[in-house]
Amino acid sequence: MITKVATSLLFCTGVILLAACSVTAQQKNSCIECHVKLEGELGDPARSIKNDIHLSRGLSCNDCHGGDPTVDDKVAAKDLTKGYLGRPRTMDIPAFCGKCHNDASFMKKFNPALRVDQEKEYATSVHGQLLKTGNTKVATCISCHGVHGIRAVSDALSSVYPSNVAETCSQCHSDSARMAEFKIPTNQYEKYKSSVHAKVLYEKQDLSAPTCNDCHGNHGAAPPGIASVANVCGQCHARQAELFRASVHKTAFDNSGLGECITCHSNHDIRSPTDELIGTGENAVCVSCHKPGEKGFVAAGELRGMIDGLLARIDQSHQILDRAERAGMEVSRPKFELREAIDGVTHARVLIHTSSTAEVDKVVAPSVAIAAKTYQAGLDALAELNVRRWGLVVSLFFILFLAVLVYLKLRQMERRQPA
Amino acid sequence: MRVEPFKRWMDERLSISTLGYAAQKKEVPLHRQSIWYYFGGMTLFLFVVQVVTGILLLLYYRPSSEDAFESVQFIMTEVKFGWLIRSIHSWSANLMILTLFIHMFSVYFMRAYERPREITWVTGVVLLLLSVCFGFSGYLLPWNEVSFFATKVGTDIAGVVPVAGKTMLRFLRGGDDVTGATLTRFFGFHVAVLPALATVFIGVHVLLVQLHGMHVPARYQKTYRRMKFFPNFLMRDLIGWLLAIGVLAALAAIFPWELGVKADPFAPAPAGIKPEWYFLFMFQTLKYIPPKIFIFDGEVIGILLFMLAGAALFVIPFVNRNPEQHPRRRLIFNILGGVAVLFIVVMTVIGYLA
Repeated sequence: MITKVATSLLFCTGVILLAACSVTAQQKNSCIECHVKLEGELGDPARSIKNDIHLSRGLSCNDCHGGDPTVDDKVAAKDLTKGYLGRPRTMDIPAFCGKCHNDASFMKKFNPALRVDQEKEYATSVHGQLLKTGNTKVATCISCHGVHGIRAVSDALSSVYPSNVAETCSQCHSDSARMAEFKIPTNQYEKYKSSVHAKVLYEKQDLSAPTCNDCHGNHGAAPPGIASVANVCGQCHARQAELFRASVHKTAFDNSGLGECITCHSNHDIRSPTDELIGTGENAVCVSCHKPGEKGFVAAGELRGMIDGLLARIDQSHQILDRAERAGMEVSRPKFELREAIDGVTHARVLIHTSSTAEVDKVVAPSVAIAAKTYQAGLDALAELNVRRWGLVVSLFFILFLAVLVYLKLRQMERRQPA
Repeated sequence: MRVEPFKRWMDERLSISTLGYAAQKKEVPLHRQSIWYYFGGMTLFLFVVQVVTGILLLLYYRPSSEDAFESVQFIMTEVKFGWLIRSIHSWSANLMILTLFIHMFSVYFMRAYERPREITWVTGVVLLLLSVCFGFSGYLLPWNEVSFFATKVGTDIAGVVPVAGKTMLRFLRGGDDVTGATLTRFFGFHVAVLPALATVFIGVHVLLVQLHGMHVPARYQKTYRRMKFFPNFLMRDLIGWLLAIGVLAALAAIFPWELGVKADPFAPAPAGIKPEWYFLFMFQTLKYIPPKIFIFDGEVIGILLFMLAGAALFVIPFVNRNPEQHPRRRLIFNILGGVAVLFIVVMTVIGYLA
C-alpha cells in the first residue's frame, strides 16, 4: 500500500515539474532578462514594458523587433536569420508600427473596433508630410504614444488620454527651439489652458470637451484651413454653424478671407462667450469690422439692446416675484413660467449667429411677453398681499368686537344672576 | 308663523325639552384651576375647524403623486380664499395638538383621571394618538420635498420596531418605498379611517364627561363654587373660540403655510429634514441614543422606550388609584409628569434649534 502511494506521489511530482518547466520555457524572455540589468536607455525598455498594452495582450519584444527571446546567448538571440530588426530608424517608425496596425485581420484578434488606417492618415498629416521629406524632428507614433510603456487610449495614465493630449502635444509645440525651424507659434498650449474648453475638460473633467486632436485630427494632424474652420467647430456647435452659414456674414467672411468662427471667438484661447462680445461696446467683436454709422454697426447695437432688454425684464420679474415670495405669497407658477424666458435668452444668444435682428426678435419678443406676464403676476401677488392684510385687520376687528359683545353680555347676565 | 306647535311636535319625537332641562341643570365647578377646563372644549373646537376646512380642501385636492402638489398649488393660487382655508387647516392642526397636550397634562396633574373617570382618560389617550396620526398622514398630502422625506424618515423609524416593524413599514408605505401608493394610502387614513375613529372616540369621551361631570381637585372639594354650563361656561368658551379664530386668521394671513417644492423621489434628501414639532422631541432623542447599547441596536431601544411610554399613558389611572390616600405615590407621579413635560420642552427646543 505504502509503495503504491509513494509511486503515485512521485508520478504527480514529476507531472507538476514537467508542467512548470514547460511554462518557464514559454515565458522565457532573454531580451528583458538581459536589458533589465543594463543602465540608461538600453535598460529603459525592459523596465517600462511591464505597463505596456502589447505585453498585457500576450505580445513580446520579438513581435516587434524580431529575434529569438528563448535563447540566452546574445548573438543567437539577435540572429538576423530569425528576423531580428533591432531599433527602427525614425523614418521607418510609422511602417514599423503599421506592420500590425494596418492589418485588419491581425488587429481583429485584439480589438475588432480598432481602426487600421492610422499610418495612411499619418501620411496626410503635416508630421507625415515632413517626415517624407526626411525631417526626423517631426512627431511619429512613439512621440505621442510613447515607446515600450504604451498604454491604451482609454487608460487615464496614457499620454493620449483626452485630458493628457494637450500636454503631450505641448512637449514639442511649446518648445520654441524645436519649433523655430518650422516657423510656427509656441503659445498654443498656454492659450488653450485659458480657454473655456480647457476649463470644462480639466475642471469639470468632462472628456467630451475638445482638446488638440478634436480640432486638428490625431494621426492626420494638421491646422484646419480657413475654409474648414466652421466645419471643425460645427462638429459640436452644429446649430451655430448652420445659422452662420445662412447669414450675411458667411459671404462677407469668405470674400475677406476671414476664418468663420475664429474671427470672433479666436482659436486656442476661446473664452466663454459673454454678451459683451455683441454690440458696439469696447469689448464687442462687431466693432472690429463695423464702423459707426454703418448698417452693421447699427444692427450690432440693436442685437445687444434686444438681449439686454430681455435680461433686464427677466431680472425685474425675478425681483418682484422674490419679494412676493419672501412675503409668504405662493408664486412658484410664475417663477416656473419665467424659466421659459430664461431659455429664450439662451436661444437668442444662439440666434445672434444669424446676424438678423428679425430672427432674434422672433425669440426675444415672446420671451419679453412671458417676462411681462410674470412681472404682472408678481404685482398681482403683492396687491393680493395687501388685500389680505386689510382683510385681516377688518376681520380681526369684527372678531374682537363680537368677543367683547359676548363678554359684556356675560357680565351683564352674571350681575343679574343670584350669587 | 306659529313656533309653539312645531316645538311641541319636535319635542314629542326628540325630547328636546329634556336636553334643554339637562343643559339648564348642568354646572361647572368654579375654583382657581377652572381655566384648564376650557382646553378640552378648545381642542374640540379646533377639531371642528379641521373638519370644516378639510372638507373644503377636499373639493379641489387630488390624491396622487402626479396631481397632489399641483392641486394644492391650485388651491393656494387660483381658488378664492383657498390660501386662507389651507393655511387655517395647517395652523389649526398644530394649535389643536398644542391644546390637546395642554389638556392632557392638566388632566394628569389635577389627577382628573381618578375613579370613575378612567375610561374618559383612556379615550383621551386614544384621541391623542389619533391626532398625531392625523398630523403624520396629513403632512405628506401636499407631496412636497420636505413632507416626502419626513415621511420617509418617519416610516423608516416605524420599520425599526422589532417583529412587526417590516410589516408595519410595508403597510404604511404600500410597498418598500414612499411612492404614490403611500400618498393614496395616507389620504385614505386622513379623510376616512381616522375621522371615523375620532368621531367615535370623541363621542364616547364627551358623553363620559357629561356623565361624570367635571372633576374637582381634592384641595378645592370643600371650597369650590358652581357655574352654570349654559350659558355662563359656554359663553366663556365662545369668547375663547372667537379669539382662536382671530389667531388662526392672523397666522394664516401673516405666515401663510408654505408649499415648498414638489417632491422628487429620485433627488437626494435635502439637509436638515425635520418632522412636525410634536414629533421633534422623539426625533431629537433618537439622535442622542448611541448606535449600540450593549448588544442591542440603540434606535430600537429608543423606539421601544417611546412605545412603552405611550402604553404607560393608558395605565396611569389604574396604577395611581386613590392618589389622595397615597401621598408618596402622588408625589412620584407629579415628579414623573414634571420630568416628562421638561423633557418634551427641552428636546423640542434643542431639535428646533439644531
